[in-house]
Amino acid sequence: MSVTTASPGTFSHIGYVLRGNPVTLLSFVMFAILIIAAVLGPLLVPYDPLASEAANALQPPSWEHWFGTDNLGRDVFSRVVIATRLDLMISISAVTLSLMAGSILGAAAGYWGGWLDAVLNRVMDTIMAFPLFVLAMGIVAALGNTVENIVYATAVINTPFYARLVRAEVNIRREAGFVHAAKLAGNSDIRVLAMHIFPNALPPMMVQMSLNLGWAILNAAGLSFIGLGVRPPTAEWGIMVAEGANFIVSGEWWLAVFPGLALMFAVFTFNLMGDGLRDIVDPRQRT
Amino acid sequence: MLSVTNLAVRFQTRRGPVDALKGVSLDVASGEILGVVGESGSGKSVTAYSIMRLLEAGGQVTDGTVRYGGVDLSDPTETQMGNIRGREISMIFQNPRAALNPIRRVGDQIGDVLRRHARATRTTARAEAIRALEAVRIRDAAARVDAYPFELSGGMCQRVVIALALACDPKLLIMDEPTTGLDITTQKAVMDLVADLIRDRGMSAILITHDLGLASGYCDRIMVMRDGEVVERGTPLSLFTTPDHPYTRRLIDATPRLGAQIRELLPVEARTPLPERRVEDEPLLEVRNLVKTFPSRSGPVHAVRDVSFTINKGQTLGLVGESGCGKSTTSSMVVRLLDPTSGQIIFRGEDLAATPASRFARDPRRARIQMVFQDATNSLNPRHTSRQSIAEPLRRLGDGASDERIAELADLVGLPLPLLDRFPHQLSGGQKARVGIARAIALDPDLLILDEPTAALDVSSQAVVLNLLIDLQARLGISYLFVSHDLNVVRLLCDQVIVMQGGSIVEQGPAEQVMRNPATDYTRTLVAAAPQPPALQQEEQGL
Repeated sequence: MSVTTASPGTFSHIGYVLRGNPVTLLSFVMFAILIIAAVLGPLLVPYDPLASEAANALQPPSWEHWFGTDNLGRDVFSRVVIATRLDLMISISAVTLSLMAGSILGAAAGYWGGWLDAVLNRVMDTIMAFPLFVLAMGIVAALGNTVENIVYATAVINTPFYARLVRAEVNIRREAGFVHAAKLAGNSDIRVLAMHIFPNALPPMMVQMSLNLGWAILNAAGLSFIGLGVRPPTAEWGIMVAEGANFIVSGEWWLAVFPGLALMFAVFTFNLMGDGLRDIVDPRQRT
Repeated sequence: MLSVTNLAVRFQTRRGPVDALKGVSLDVASGEILGVVGESGSGKSVTAYSIMRLLEAGGQVTDGTVRYGGVDLSDPTETQMGNIRGREISMIFQNPRAALNPIRRVGDQIGDVLRRHARATRTTARAEAIRALEAVRIRDAAARVDAYPFELSGGMCQRVVIALALACDPKLLIMDEPTTGLDITTQKAVMDLVADLIRDRGMSAILITHDLGLASGYCDRIMVMRDGEVVERGTPLSLFTTPDHPYTRRLIDATPRLGAQIRELLPVEARTPLPERRVEDEPLLEVRNLVKTFPSRSGPVHAVRDVSFTINKGQTLGLVGESGCGKSTTSSMVVRLLDPTSGQIIFRGEDLAATPASRFARDPRRARIQMVFQDATNSLNPRHTSRQSIAEPLRRLGDGASDERIAELADLVGLPLPLLDRFPHQLSGGQKARVGIARAIALDPDLLILDEPTAALDVSSQAVVLNLLIDLQARLGISYLFVSHDLNVVRLLCDQVIVMQGGSIVEQGPAEQVMRNPATDYTRTLVAAAPQPPALQQEEQGL
């Protein structure tokens, strides 16, 4: 049994949502650009992102180097494109992890309530009580300076948002008629929760997930910016902005501005995508 | 006083424009109550909303004029309407809980309206609000004025809504299904109250309802609507005795009433002979000394006290009472969604109460007891198509969900096959009820609990569903436990009736006998509260 319902109407419904809302269409196009850059990046870029060429350092944008070159003579355009894969991977895996953890914890808390709910809520409160970025810094600093740890840290700070949302969505449906009906049909509590209640919480989750992807990218870039996580010479938007920032005073603006714009583009894409995703996964939007 | 001519309203939808009203005209004279009767989709609510200019987005008045007290309101400004709404024309909405702001005290909400129309100042608002609550006969109004809507019962909320509507002495009151979701006794109390208030204050009113019986009890004139058009107008008596339009005829037939048999609710051409039912002497279910007590902060709440009854094979038992009488708690325990505090539920010789509800889902006997839920919309998973909903019990407890079996079930309940791939929101109320019934009978249960299966349906869908249920019973030999507050409906379907009050059984016996000769005052109140068409009232009095 599939959780999502793939009927012949699915594609026409996606088509309808995209036609009805140009902003959603725009965001999907932007998302496609990001995905292409992430998947095909190495094939598309004109230069090796790591190859330095001291003679060509700090060149302003030109036809040869669209985004200019950095202090080691590396092509900024190539580095920005290559970095897409790493940044998307960090944010998508972090969001997937927090989505799964938050869904399980939130659904259990919302469905069974009682002491489980009370304990989980206080744990989530505790996480949210920290300044989230500082908490992520602490986690990465404690666990070690690796890409995986950035993913875990980002996942931990995002989990409470999902848990809260799922808890509320599950809670309001706990006593719904279709839940009783599912029990009468011989579903155990866990099946009722996983197959009947949880899928109904998906539409608002999509909005949260999409927004969160944006935050996660910012978070990963922020950690790299302050020197945690990804280490040079790896191409990553946060590090590139951090490295480029030193040169802004001397007039070499392109080092920091282009990766910064890429970051903005990605966050903007995810923020725009949320509503469209929700409309697509909500069967009630169909007529 | 209010005169609407040729009103037309069009809605823009995904599937293109839909004409909700196609030239509706109506007049309300001073001091008159006009009934607007029709089934869902007939445009009766849209009529009211377009008079008040409260149409939702996408709706547009395309033609027609509205004149109120000689003033043309066809194209009013928002300020103009703001002054008219509440002070001249007031409205009572369908769901009283939704019509009240849940996070504000009821007194403040009444005070707001009074101050908006300069009937009270900040200092007098509270006292005026108490007066308004007293006018709708809320006991202890001085205390209730500080209550939040969730602290009040449904009937009480509707009284507050009426108080709100009447706070500024409007000349015209529009009531949109004012008693939906209320008990039959509360319905009578609320309607009697409104009728008294309207008479005392010399107001006019429009009563919008799907219940022809209710409209005929309170209205001076009735107009019947269908598909955005008026099909017939007349006094209640003339409508019932000499209906001109076949649609009115069908509506009258479908209204449950004293003396009518279940097949007589259907249109004449659909009245097939009632199939033979076999009621056996052997008991299928015996409930013995069932008790349910809920703990609460203010001490234990005794929802069900010592209830015992028996259902034989093939029999239908009616469980009747007002909301809060314990009938739903009883049925939840019988269907094993809830554990009783004490007592036995003996089903084919085995005590089901011995298995806790949490483990009953995987019990082999789960398939033998199924349920049809009150609200078909709420009881179908919004993400599942009809096919998935019906297949669910077959997959979990049966031999798998074959397409043939699903088609067979759809056929049994009269659900057209193309509808199997639709989602609940794409189905009408009657169709959803059929999906719910198909799901419940999918496993060939021995006992089916029917929890007000027609409460959310129009009268004609109700007639069809009730007849479907009785046909299924004859064919499959299922026993029914029919839970309802509506004695008119219970009588049609049930052999035996149990009347519950405050968690206990106050009366039981054969359905006809309980209806005709109620033994207790409580049952008498229930019977009297059911609205009866005027023609029959006269007959009754003549007898």
